[in-house]
Amino acid sequence: MEITSLLAISLGAILANNFIFAQFLGICPFLGVSKKIDTAIGMGAAVTFVMGLASAFCFLVNKVLVALDLAFMQTVAFILVIASLVQFVEMFLKKFVPTLYTALGVYLPLITTNCAVLGVALLNVQNDYNFIESVVYGITGGLGFLLAIFLFAAVREQTEFSETPKSFEGFPIALVTAGLIALAFMGFSGLKVW
Amino acid sequence: MDFNIIIFAVAVLGALAVIFGLVLAIAAKVFEVKVDERLPLIQECLAGANCGGCGYPGCAGCAEAILAGKAPVTACAPAGPENAAKIAAIMGMEAPSGEKMVAHVLCNGGTNAKKNFEYRGVNDCLAATKVCGGSVLDCKYGCLGFGSCVAACQFDAIHIGENGAAVVDKDACTNCGACREACPRHLIVEVPYSKKVFVNCSNKDKGAAAAKVCAVSCIGCGLCERTCKFDAIHVVNNVAVIDYDKCKGCTMCAKACPKNAIEPIPTAEEKEKFKAAQKAAAERKAAAAKAAAEKAAAEAAQKTE
Repeated sequence: MEITSLLAISLGAILANNFIFAQFLGICPFLGVSKKIDTAIGMGAAVTFVMGLASAFCFLVNKVLVALDLAFMQTVAFILVIASLVQFVEMFLKKFVPTLYTALGVYLPLITTNCAVLGVALLNVQNDYNFIESVVYGITGGLGFLLAIFLFAAVREQTEFSETPKSFEGFPIALVTAGLIALAFMGFSGLKVW
Repeated sequence: MDFNIIIFAVAVLGALAVIFGLVLAIAAKVFEVKVDERLPLIQECLAGANCGGCGYPGCAGCAEAILAGKAPVTACAPAGPENAAKIAAIMGMEAPSGEKMVAHVLCNGGTNAKKNFEYRGVNDCLAATKVCGGSVLDCKYGCLGFGSCVAACQFDAIHIGENGAAVVDKDACTNCGACREACPRHLIVEVPYSKKVFVNCSNKDKGAAAAKVCAVSCIGCGLCERTCKFDAIHVVNNVAVIDYDKCKGCTMCAKACPKNAIEPIPTAEEKEKFKAAQKAAAERKAAAAKAAAEKAAAEAAQKTE
């Protein structure tokens, strides 16, 4: 039971309820850093990392808030947690894993403002997940983000060189592309597991 | 309405913030990574345009390379010699000597050059060279004037001049090298800022062919070479080239040039004066030779007596 429910959560987070294409969270970095596949993967990896950590920490903080009867302060508290967490992770990586730090580069601090991270924390509460479920949902949600931004960057690298009408050049065609991929992802919403 | 709950919420959140703040403060101390204090100082001395002319990813990358000794203190051309000296001081090295260099376009063709057809395509030199074997201009070497260099310049230092060829604004130029990279015909070179004599032609064809395609082309006649008193200008591959180590900037070569290919282009008056002076000099020389010959003849006659 436990394993199957975790699998269902994972599949849902990656495909059916993809953070970008189904829940429209984290669109800003999705559009901002998807011009090249390399940077897109870097951003995706960083987001996965932070989303997993944020899920765990926010779960604990939420427990404290609920215990104090302050559940309505979730959003504010989570923002605080995520911001300090990102800062902490950045310092930690800089000291102990400099290679990962340079690989993630500017994307790490950018994640502070990624609403997918806040979204995953709030959704964990909404869905009443336990600790393990929360962490799994966070990591797989990040993987879904990684998949989405990777696919989008790959398409965008191609459209860069194709002939588009003048008024569609650059961002407009990127938005059209994003919409089409989102439509394709809607196909997964029929997915039923167990 | 119970105000206590508000105060309680603020207090709890404040406590959370203080805890996180303390953790971060401690983390900052524990996880402190020593950054060489010279790094920000060096970066301050760089141009800060992130132009990439040094070959490193942005100014931060260049500063790191300088600090690591991988790049010379002069790596940032746009920053100029003063800043290079400052960086040298930070690094504890001697200030490098060296003159400020600027870019220069070795073509003054433009409207003087013969056009084969009117190009109406993408406004880019590289694109223009792809059409009809690059024969927009009859001259295979000349400036096309579509402004690829102008687009490449981040300092607004190069423009298409009045006659249709690119011209560098020497005071604005930082010698970052972006235009040199951008020019598909490799017409842009670096020259010392203080020099004012330039051969504005790169046509390596033989004289007759070069003369046919452009009114101001170097035909490799060698008049400049013979006029120069400092051995500073030579015809190499059918085009005159100035050796700036020797050039004193007397502009005699410019006046001697029959095609006005050397900058500063002399006025007609100057040219006349130069010709007259040369003629007078030639006459004086001839007279002196004649006198010497006569003297020698007289001496010879005396000896025979």
